[in-house]
Amino acid sequence: MADDNSKTNLPPLSLHVPEPKYRPGDTVDYSDVDIPQAGDQPRPDVSSDPAIMREMVYDMVRVLDEDYKAVGPWDPKLSDDTLLKMLKTMAQVRAFDDRLHRMQRQGKTSFYMKSTGEEATSVAAAMALHSDDMCFPSYRQQGILFVRGYPMVDMINQIFSNREDKLKGRQLPIMYCSRRLGFFSISGNLATQYPQAVGWAMASAAKGDTRIAATWCGEGSTAEGDFHSAMTFATVYNAPIIMNVVNNQWAISSFSGFAGGERTTFAARAAGYGIAGLRVDGNDPLAVYAATQWAAERARTNNGPTLIEHFTYRAEAHSTSDDPSAYRSAQEREEWPLGDPITRLKRHLIHRGVWSKEQHEALDKECIEAVKVATKEAEKNGILGHGLHQPFETMFQDVFEEMPWHLREQSEQANKEREIKWPDAEASK
Amino acid sequence: MTTMNMIEAINSGLDNMMARDDDVVIMGEDVGYFGGVFRATAGLQKKHGKTRCFDTPISECGIIGVAVGMAAYGMRPVPEIQFADYIYPGLDQLVSEAARLRYRSAAEFTSAITVRSPFGGGIFGGQTHSQSPESMFTHVCGLKTVIPSTPYDAKGLLISAIEDNDPVMFFEPKRIYNGPFTGYYDKPVEPWSKFEASEVPEDYYKIPIGKANIVREGDAVTVLAYGTMVHVANAVVEEHGIDAEVIDLRTLVPLDIETIEASVKKTGRCLIVHEATRTSGFGAELSALVQERCFYYLEAPIERVTGFDTPYPHSLEWAYFPGPVRIGEALDKIVGELTS
Repeated sequence: MADDNSKTNLPPLSLHVPEPKYRPGDTVDYSDVDIPQAGDQPRPDVSSDPAIMREMVYDMVRVLDEDYKAVGPWDPKLSDDTLLKMLKTMAQVRAFDDRLHRMQRQGKTSFYMKSTGEEATSVAAAMALHSDDMCFPSYRQQGILFVRGYPMVDMINQIFSNREDKLKGRQLPIMYCSRRLGFFSISGNLATQYPQAVGWAMASAAKGDTRIAATWCGEGSTAEGDFHSAMTFATVYNAPIIMNVVNNQWAISSFSGFAGGERTTFAARAAGYGIAGLRVDGNDPLAVYAATQWAAERARTNNGPTLIEHFTYRAEAHSTSDDPSAYRSAQEREEWPLGDPITRLKRHLIHRGVWSKEQHEALDKECIEAVKVATKEAEKNGILGHGLHQPFETMFQDVFEEMPWHLREQSEQANKEREIKWPDAEASK
Repeated sequence: MTTMNMIEAINSGLDNMMARDDDVVIMGEDVGYFGGVFRATAGLQKKHGKTRCFDTPISECGIIGVAVGMAAYGMRPVPEIQFADYIYPGLDQLVSEAARLRYRSAAEFTSAITVRSPFGGGIFGGQTHSQSPESMFTHVCGLKTVIPSTPYDAKGLLISAIEDNDPVMFFEPKRIYNGPFTGYYDKPVEPWSKFEASEVPEDYYKIPIGKANIVREGDAVTVLAYGTMVHVANAVVEEHGIDAEVIDLRTLVPLDIETIEASVKKTGRCLIVHEATRTSGFGAELSALVQERCFYYLEAPIERVTGFDTPYPHSLEWAYFPGPVRIGEALDKIVGELTS
């Protein structure tokens, strides 16, 4: 036992509370952020023991160099067509986000979340998966749906909670779901999808399937117990899964330091669990693709799970419910040392000689036009708060497979109230 | 006296308690620099310092578990759970730990924590920003549950909750943060400043936990409600000119059974209103208590008006909400044909 007499000389303890470097109005200087040279990172064999990969969790896989050339062992050497598809998909996601965000501001729906600046972490990642691999996304991975060909009109119907909304107006906007496209129902609660994704992967392994699972969460959500439970199960059962942490630096107003980012990287979480970990330049679509491809091959060959940290930046607000100028410096976005994923891929393609500034301007216009058309189409099916878009009995369906007596009674009550409350509303059946 | 909305009153109560007692600390997601997503902790970090009001990792289990630990040291934490819908990862720490620590340690350790959390719907928040989970907590022995319905009550009750030596769940009806709600969603919100209950002392005062408030006296029927539904029920009663006695419970556990019992024995009729889902909701407990204690005085069956037993829908929010039509119909059953 320690000598109690020595206590008189002890200095008082102090509580550390993290503080981000920059607050509103501060001048941002990212010169201390360590950005390794593109192409410098070794690419281990997909069957490597995580123990020999430990340095990678502090490094950063990068492919596109300052001249927008693809360099080094992680260059996925994709065809022009694949790269153009990647660029076009990311541009379409951005145009979609911009317009639907505006629609919320115009009062056509209750809520929206953009993925601006983070498009690569869903688009490039989804492109590196097989189309039937199962995705368990968080709320900023709309890019996956674009890659897999989900119609924009259906997305907007969901955002407007209208009569063609496949989720029957039940979910908050952008909480999409598509079983057909291997896109799990998005939850508003955080990191819950992580252990579920591991469970799906375990089932796929138990059944001798060939499909793997991938999941996404933000760096803030890695604080939830679900994240750590998922990591434990993934390593225990060597589950065929890719666990993506999109480190966009901010969880609403809390910087990554409140998830442990002051002390270590998020990829380094993998090392403690004996899981392969990769840290990737999340604004480099080729690096995201390459890392996902590596992890997918590892999972598919029974070499187990991979945790990928995508180092990126949330260029816009958390959602339509917050104003980031109240808690962070606007300069952060402008100065972000890893640039913008769409701009970087565009310049790479121009460098390759298969794309031009003019073509890109035309693409942007096409994308804007395509969303406009889809929005108009969706608006014909109604917008939130204007009209009763779903038959009231749909509120009581799917609570259970079969409706018990008390829900049948409540359904009748709701319809009775409808006649009193909205006598003039046209039937929406 | 200053005119405050409910958020400002809560902020003022927190501020008073932080100034009076060094052991009071606030923690939660976005509560520090930003001041909370609903602004309830605005300015408190700046005024009282970073170690007294601080952001936390996104881990409700961690937030509540750490609060239990700080309370074990002797502090008086006031953790915020950003939405009641997010509280479930913290349930083990609340149910198995905070609620039972006094009992299992023979009072060697206690959990003097106040968990603040916005709850309830009516803001198009969908199923993860609208729930009313209070009966999950009233079912746990060792937890107190408090729900204010006005700025004045919110501050006085919050101060009592913070000073209480047992864990208190303090659910804030977010629909009425800015003004009371009559149940007519298509009418503009009237701000609290137009109502007397927005007159709030800047200094410390308390409203006791376990004491209900008779909002409106009457002889025809007793209406039991709390939070947002006090205002909705009261508006319906007024609209229909019913001589109802409206009781704002303010505390669900421990319940002010004396006030309820005296009222129902006087009126002989009882309507219970809550926004939470019906099955095993707190209304079931109230109904059982009234029946046990007032059976020979009852002249009509007890009625419950509640949310439906479904997740809170997004687009059909106002079809789900137990508004004027549902309440009016229940009153009709209890007191006969409505007079207007």
